[in-house]
Amino acid sequence: MTIDRNYLETMAAKVRIDIIRQIHAAGSGHPGGSLSAADILTYLYFAEMKVDPADPDRKERDRFVLSKGHAAPALYAVLAEKGYFPVEELLSLRKLGSMLQGHPDRKHIPGVDMSTGSLGQGISAAVGMALANHIDGSTGRVYALLGDGELQEGLVWEAAMAASHYGLDDLTAFVDWNGLQIDGKNEDVMTVTPIDDKFRAFGWDVQIIDGHDFDQIAAAVEKAKTVKGKPQLILAKTVKGKGVSFMENEAGWHGKAPSEEQAKQAVEELGGEW
Amino acid sequence: MADKISTRQAYGNTLVKLGAENPDIIVLDADLSKSTMTAGFKEAYPDRFFNAGIAEANMMGMAAGLAFSGKTVFASTFAMFAAGRAYEIIRNSIGYPHANVKICATHAGITVGEDGASHQCVEDLALMSVIPGMTVVHPADGVSTEKLLRQVAALDGPVYVRLGRLAVPVVYDEGTGITLGKAILAREGSDHTVIACGLMVNEALQAAETLEKEGISVRVLDMHTLKPLDEEAIVRAATETKSIITAEEHSVIGGLGAAVASVVARRCPTKVSMVGVQDRFGQSGKPEELKKEYQLTAEDIADAVRAADAEMK
Ligand SMILES: Cc1ncc(C[n+]2csc(CCOP(=O)(O)OP(=O)(O)O)c2C)c(N)n1
Ligand SMILES: [Mg+2]
Repeated sequence: MTIDRNYLETMAAKVRIDIIRQIHAAGSGHPGGSLSAADILTYLYFAEMKVDPADPDRKERDRFVLSKGHAAPALYAVLAEKGYFPVEELLSLRKLGSMLQGHPDRKHIPGVDMSTGSLGQGISAAVGMALANHIDGSTGRVYALLGDGELQEGLVWEAAMAASHYGLDDLTAFVDWNGLQIDGKNEDVMTVTPIDDKFRAFGWDVQIIDGHDFDQIAAAVEKAKTVKGKPQLILAKTVKGKGVSFMENEAGWHGKAPSEEQAKQAVEELGGEW
Repeated sequence: MADKISTRQAYGNTLVKLGAENPDIIVLDADLSKSTMTAGFKEAYPDRFFNAGIAEANMMGMAAGLAFSGKTVFASTFAMFAAGRAYEIIRNSIGYPHANVKICATHAGITVGEDGASHQCVEDLALMSVIPGMTVVHPADGVSTEKLLRQVAALDGPVYVRLGRLAVPVVYDEGTGITLGKAILAREGSDHTVIACGLMVNEALQAAETLEKEGISVRVLDMHTLKPLDEEAIVRAATETKSIITAEEHSVIGGLGAAVASVVARRCPTKVSMVGVQDRFGQSGKPEELKKEYQLTAEDIADAVRAADAEMK
């Protein structure tokens, strides 16, 4: 599979700029985990998933569940850039009356397949969607994105067990392995490693990649689609705050809006104009 | 302008003081210590603070085990993930065996603001009140938070303390006597009684001031303890004033309004009007905008009193 790396990198930069603009305009939100997930989301929506912004609810579509719902600005950015709604609408994030709720709201936002925000629940819903594909003999695939801190929720492992028990090979989950959560490093708060061995023990196919390298993301997704009888985990090593120098690897940027000056610097570092 | 402090900040400050007084206090959190304000305790007593990670159900189960090994446990996370996510563990491992666990849940209600519906818990008072033996407390300001928490810490048994994110005006001075299970007469009045909890107490006091100028005298009761409920204060209000208006930053289903109405229906039938969230989910917005949208302002309380007053003339 050949990918247009240039196109994807340009799109990912746009998505990152959209993330910064949204969170700055809202005055609150989660930049760190949105930026770490930006490349994975860009790849899925612009190189992989069979979806149609003109017909968001088409039955045999691929689906995406943002289990780490606080990265909503990243999802909203790709949906807007993909054409589900106008890019200008992004600036209404988190404002009273906006469809762009602080966490994904499937009732109101075209293209959002599941309402999330309470960690651990999205992956269960993704398992349900993958199961429905099996029941219906649908060709659609289900993608989900989890945080590494999110893996501490017991519900994630209940979902992991069910996905392999039912042999859901149409389910591919990514873990955004940025090593940080709110109170600090994963291993200081509650050790989650080894993530790969845990999922293997739960019956999943596991690949480890660099979550900011489009060639590696592409190869992993292609390989995942060939796996039969098992769900697949793509454990993607990422940098929290990726692309903005002062946010990278800083737990303090988990849930804080940049000031005007900081937003300007961030957008410029990402190659945009303020 | 009165001083402002959030009840979660008052909780964090009090926890540090309690930690010095009682070496058996253990604090648990679920990756939100800088938001729930347990971070201060962690810094002061690192050996007695344990981060459960993003695993609220396990945190509540561990809290029960620690409690049955002689510890006084304070377990904190957002109200949604305490009362909501971990409900059945609280019910069966803390409530049923009557564990000495103080569930101090912050970011309750719609004034969480921009995070939106997934994080705005307007059901927790209902969920916690229905558990037998659970004491349920929802303080109005920083002063009452500290005074009530000291009594909560001394009590042997499960307690749910509902705390807010938003900085709110200090209503009471340090000298005010505040007793768990006893409503505070925050303002005397003779025509109607507003029974409020949490940040709605301050709104009720403002409404009473406005109404005073219109010739309507309003009593304000701070019902900081929803369970056990101060039934006598409710009966007095029902008999001494014309009607009762409840005010809470919570669903009107299963919260303060419902609890007051059930006492009134049983003991002293009187009109009860309810200001609260009307069977709706929350949404993103600024806390002050949301208070207007969900009709939780002093003006909304005043309107409810005026309507009751007009009806009863
Ligand atoms: C059930 C639940 N508990 C707590 C929270 C609050 N919370 C939001 S994000 C977060 C940390 C998430 O860390 P991680 O999964 O590593 O996300 P990332 O680093 O990718 O942002 C927490 C504790 C929540 N949203 N849901
Ligand atoms: Mg993380």
